[in-house]
Amino acid sequence: MRFPRFYARVFLALLAVALWEPGARAADVTIKIGYIDPFSGAFAAGGDASLKMFQFIIENINAKGGALGEKFELVTFDDKLQPAEALIALKSVTDQNLPFVMSCVGSNVGSALIDAVNKHNTRNPDNRVLQLNCGQLATELTNEQCSFWHFRFAGSVEMRAVARIKSLPASLKTVYLLNQDYLFGQSIRNDTKKFLALYRPDIKIVGDEMIPLMQVKDFSPYITKIKASGSESLLTGNYGPDLALLIKAGVDAGLNIRYDSYLGHVIGAPTAIGAAGDGRLTSVMEIHDNISVEESNAAQEEFVKQWRATHDFGFIAINSVTQFDMLVRAIEKAGSTDPLKVALALEGMEQKDMFGAVNIMRKDDHQLLNPYYEAVLTKGQKYDVEKTGMGWKTEFKTTVADETLPTTCKMKRPES
Amino acid sequence: MQVGLISLLDGLVYGMLLFMLASGLTLILSMMGVLNFAHASVYMLGAYFAYQIDQWVGFWPALVIAPVLCGAIGAAIEVWGLRRVHHNGHIAELLFTFGLVFIIGRGVQMIWGMLPMAYRVPAGLDFPLFSVYGENFPAYRGFMLLVSGGMLFATWLLLKKTRIGLIIQASLTHPGMVSALGHNVPLVFTTVFAGGSFLAGLAGVIAGNYLTTESAMADAMGPIVFVVVIFGGLGSLAGCFIASILMGMVQTFSVVFDYSFADALKPFGVTLAANDLLGEILTIPMSRIGPLVPYALLILILVFRPRGLMGTRET
Repeated sequence: MRFPRFYARVFLALLAVALWEPGARAADVTIKIGYIDPFSGAFAAGGDASLKMFQFIIENINAKGGALGEKFELVTFDDKLQPAEALIALKSVTDQNLPFVMSCVGSNVGSALIDAVNKHNTRNPDNRVLQLNCGQLATELTNEQCSFWHFRFAGSVEMRAVARIKSLPASLKTVYLLNQDYLFGQSIRNDTKKFLALYRPDIKIVGDEMIPLMQVKDFSPYITKIKASGSESLLTGNYGPDLALLIKAGVDAGLNIRYDSYLGHVIGAPTAIGAAGDGRLTSVMEIHDNISVEESNAAQEEFVKQWRATHDFGFIAINSVTQFDMLVRAIEKAGSTDPLKVALALEGMEQKDMFGAVNIMRKDDHQLLNPYYEAVLTKGQKYDVEKTGMGWKTEFKTTVADETLPTTCKMKRPES
Repeated sequence: MQVGLISLLDGLVYGMLLFMLASGLTLILSMMGVLNFAHASVYMLGAYFAYQIDQWVGFWPALVIAPVLCGAIGAAIEVWGLRRVHHNGHIAELLFTFGLVFIIGRGVQMIWGMLPMAYRVPAGLDFPLFSVYGENFPAYRGFMLLVSGGMLFATWLLLKKTRIGLIIQASLTHPGMVSALGHNVPLVFTTVFAGGSFLAGLAGVIAGNYLTTESAMADAMGPIVFVVVIFGGLGSLAGCFIASILMGMVQTFSVVFDYSFADALKPFGVTLAANDLLGEILTIPMSRIGPLVPYALLILILVFRPRGLMGTRET
């Protein structure tokens, strides 16, 4: 019988190709970090942008020698913004014995990871993994869900809400809340309402909308509703296409409104608002290209120029620079990449960020405390963003002290 | 009032878009009994082709060339794919189109990448057409209505007023007899499949820059198109039309509808809070579960009237 033997040979050949791997290179020791983010689907642009920023940061860190003489390496996994996929990726991370797992997008993913990492570390004390949160912002992750193995290097929703509400103009009297209907969006809605009641009781909330995450492509019905409410400001935590399409629909409809966003500095929104949006879009962010000019910081301006030479979107990951600086120090202090030792070294660590502000990794809840800038997108700035001709201009600034908020975290610490 | 008028127009635009997609699918399903899973993938291909042609030549050539390319691809799928698989039965045909979904999806990702494409509304159409209570209605949306309305009128004309339309209609219900009369029924099938794909491609061209052009757009549109086809009923274009407009309106109006079931019960003296039994489900406002409503309607129609609104065949 000719056919079965032929197919058997093809199968064996394919098997050989699949199993063959080049012999392990001798001095191939790197510190590997499993990086789980969406690289396909609705927010692929976000994962892609984050990856580019991390590659930039890691190049710089490795050029300075890395940690304990070893260089850092990212191992990427695509989670398509689905918690289920992220957990499969985590299994790969732990199967490959990677000491660190990092994830930036989607508090739903972050929440699932915290749970899974806790369970894994309890059951496998000899193969632990440390979770580095670079952008999953729901306040709950360092309050109700706080965990010893989870370190958040991005400001929580609460911290951003303080900057967001305090920076609203005194003349503003009505706001329309619109957020994504999942953990993060609900966190934004709760904290926004809380701080509005605390700092701006004079502001009236004329609308409170929740939209399904990354599903809505046509925002015109929502714009109609917002227009009917007569609100002066659209206060939203949306990001990615949810923000870009919302802004686009508002601009198309000729809506005369402020877009007071939490994440308008993330890739996509400045392009969406276009020239018609001069002075309308504001956001609270950790960094923008013009701060170096405003604060006359030459070294920072060099960094900005170096980034802009090879990228056409804004560098927003200053906290990730701080994260890697702290990680290097923690690994060197711990003398190894053992997650428990590194975690103990990270807790309570203070680190100067690129602008010289002292950031603190709080021991109580493993939340990094850093200052915030509230800025408006407008013409006439030295550095524009996403080639729109408009750049960010700082209107308001908070300090680390302003951002040090109480936490309800009751952290369970490991015995050993 | 202002909410009603603009929402009506928006719902109409979305409904007509759905009809363009669903009409092709319902014709294919009615005639060949094949549920073409790859229909939404052809819609996605239409958008990507239009983006590419727009980059090379311009939007107006893209409007003509991209749907023709999609029609050609549809014909190719029918002649070299479905015809060979046909004798293995319906399941085989289903699996084949299902496999096509993955191939086309991955192919698009490999050729154009994972990020969304910058396929924009052409400058000539990027202005407000008119203003209702201070809210602009973009000219491009008017253009979408024009194209979808015009194309559907042309399709109706073709089906009801021409000879080929007569043959197609006859092949819908009596393919055997039509074949016995000497007509080339396989060619008719290919034509219908190509025509359906042409419509899907055209829908992709005009929707790609209105909604986003990205590799997940087939998954976003696919389910709602099936809902429309099943709801409208097999073999009935009129039913499909009613279903699409209905779904378009439902999706648009549910956003502005802030009431919940609990609010509906209040006049009867029943007050519900979120903590009561089933309270959490019944106090949720319609605007928050809007996208679910078409699927709820689908379940209802399958329970009470399985052949759809105006279906001429059992599903």
